[in-house]
Amino acid sequence: MAKALGLAGRVYLKREDLLHTGAHKLNNTLGQALLAKRMGKRRVIAETGAGQHGVATATVCALLGLECIVYMGTEDVRRQSPNVVRMKLLGAEVRSVDAGSRTLKDAMNEAIRDWVTNVRTTYYCIGSAAGPHPYPVMVRELQKIIGEEIAEQIVDAEGRLPDAVVACVGGGSNAIGALHRFVREPSVTLYGVEAAGHGLESGKHGASLAKGRPGVLHGSRSYVLQTEDGQIAEAHSISAGLDYPGVGPELSHLRDQGRLTVLSATDTEALQAFQTLARSEGILCALESAHAIAALPQVRGALIAVNLSGRGDKDLGTVIEALK
Amino acid sequence: MSRLSEAFSAARAQGRTALVCYAMGGDGDTAALLRAIDAAGADVIELGLPFSDPIADGPVVQAAATRAIAARTTLRDLLSMASGLRLRAPLVAMGYMNPVESMGSRAFARALREAGLCGAIVPDLPLEEAQPVRDDLAAEGLDLVPLVAPTTPKERAARIARTARGFVYYVSVTGVTGARAALPEDLEARLAELRAVSSVPVAVGFGISRPEQAAALKGKADGVVVGSAVVALHHERGVDAVAGLVRSLRSAL
Repeated sequence: MAKALGLAGRVYLKREDLLHTGAHKLNNTLGQALLAKRMGKRRVIAETGAGQHGVATATVCALLGLECIVYMGTEDVRRQSPNVVRMKLLGAEVRSVDAGSRTLKDAMNEAIRDWVTNVRTTYYCIGSAAGPHPYPVMVRELQKIIGEEIAEQIVDAEGRLPDAVVACVGGGSNAIGALHRFVREPSVTLYGVEAAGHGLESGKHGASLAKGRPGVLHGSRSYVLQTEDGQIAEAHSISAGLDYPGVGPELSHLRDQGRLTVLSATDTEALQAFQTLARSEGILCALESAHAIAALPQVRGALIAVNLSGRGDKDLGTVIEALK
Repeated sequence: MSRLSEAFSAARAQGRTALVCYAMGGDGDTAALLRAIDAAGADVIELGLPFSDPIADGPVVQAAATRAIAARTTLRDLLSMASGLRLRAPLVAMGYMNPVESMGSRAFARALREAGLCGAIVPDLPLEEAQPVRDDLAAEGLDLVPLVAPTTPKERAARIARTARGFVYYVSVTGVTGARAALPEDLEARLAELRAVSSVPVAVGFGISRPEQAAALKGKADGVVVGSAVVALHHERGVDAVAGLVRSLRSAL
C-alpha cells in the first residue's frame, strides 16, 4: 500500500477492523455495558451513525442479557442496512429517527430524550468521545487501549515509537483512543483526518475541527459546525461514522494546543484510498478508516502507524453506488 | 425585585397561582400570538427561541422550532419584534445554549434588555457552567431562571434555588416537554420541598396541558407553565383558540 500511495516511509496498520463486530467500538461498549450491569440498569440505549457502535452495543447486551434499543437516523438506516440487520439479529430494537439531517446528530438527540425520560432504569451507552461529562473521558479511557497496543507492538517490531500516528475523526472515539497514548511523546506527531465531503469550501463536509467554531452540542463545549446565528449545521460525509457536526472536546483541546495536526479527505479521495488498500493489501476497510489512508501522502515521518478503525463490509452498498 | 418575581407575587395577591405560557418565536405570527396570550391573562410569557437540536423538547415544540427555522427566523428578528409589543406580562426567553454561546452571553444579555425581555431560561446550561451567563444577564438587570428536575438530588436542588433569579422552573416529569396524561404522585411533595428552600417563586412545567391539571396544582406551586399545548393549538387552530385555552387555564388557577 505504501508503494501504491508513493510513500517513502514504512506504514503499520492498527487492525481494529479485526475486532469482534468489525470495529474498535467493542472496546468501549464492553466496558460501558459492564458498568450498566453494575449500576443495576436493565435497559441500554445507544445512538449510532455507521451502525458499528449500534452493533457493538447490541452484541454486549446480548452477551450480558440487557435490553437494547438503538437510535439511528433514517438516512443512516438506508445506507448502512447490513448493520441494521445485524442489530436486529442480535436482539436489539432499532428506532429510526426522521428529524433534522436524519444522521448521527439526530440519533443522539433522540437517545438523550429517551435517557432523560427513562434515566431511572436506563443506561445510555455513548459511542463517540463526545456528549456530556463524563462520557468523553470514559470513552477515551476505554478506547486508549488502541494507542497502547500500537506503542507496544511497534516497539516490538521496530524497536521504537512511530514518528506519526494517524486516525480518522468523526466524533473522535477511534482518534482519541489511538492518539491518547502519544500525547506526551513529543517525537510522535498526531494526525486527525476529518471528512471533507464534497470539499472543505463546499459547505458539505464533516470537518468540525477545520471549519467549526466553538459551540455547545450534546452537552459539551467543542468545535461545532454551525450557522452564523448558532443553529447546528448539517454535516456531510460519504461515511456515516464521520457525518457529525461536532467533535470530542479533548480533540478540540489538542487542536487548540497545536498538538493535533488536522487533515481532511474528500468523499472521492476516501473512495480512492478504499480501493487502493483493497488492491494492494487485500483489506476492505470502513469508509471512515479510508479517510485516514487517503491522508497518508500528507503525513510526514519514516515510521507511521495508522488506525484502521473498522472493516468495510457495511459500506459495500455505498461503494457500489458511488463507483457506478 | 425582578419583574418576573413580581408577576408571581401580583398573582398571589389576587389569590391566584400564576399562569406562565410558552410560545415558539417565528412559528406563525408571533406578535399576534403573544398579544393574544397577554390579553387572555397569562402572568408571564416564555418566548421560545428556535434551535435546530432542542434536546429538552418533545415532538410538538421540535416541529415548531423546525418550522420557525425553515421560515428563516433569527434571534435578532424575534427580539426586534418583541421590543415593539408593550405587553402587560413580562417576557422571558427560553432557548438553548449554542445560539447564546455563538452570540456571546454579554451581547445576548444586552440584546434581551434592549428588547424589553426580563431574563432567560436555558435548559442545557448546567449549574456548574451557568455563572458567566447569570452574571452577564444580571449586569443588564435580567434573570437567569434555572431548572430543577425530579431526579435532581435535594442538596443540588437547594444550591440551584440559591442561585436562581426571577423564579425556579421545576420540571414535573422526567423527560421532554409535551402533554402527559398524568403527573407524578410525588409532585406536590417535591414542590413543597423546593419552595421551602427557594427565596424566589417556583413554577412547575412540562406535561401540563389541560385546565383540570392546572387546577390540581393551584396553590401547590407559585406558577404553572403550559407550553406544548399552546404551541400545538396555535399551529392547528390559530390565535383565537389559544386565547380560549389561556382564559380557561387562568380561571382554573
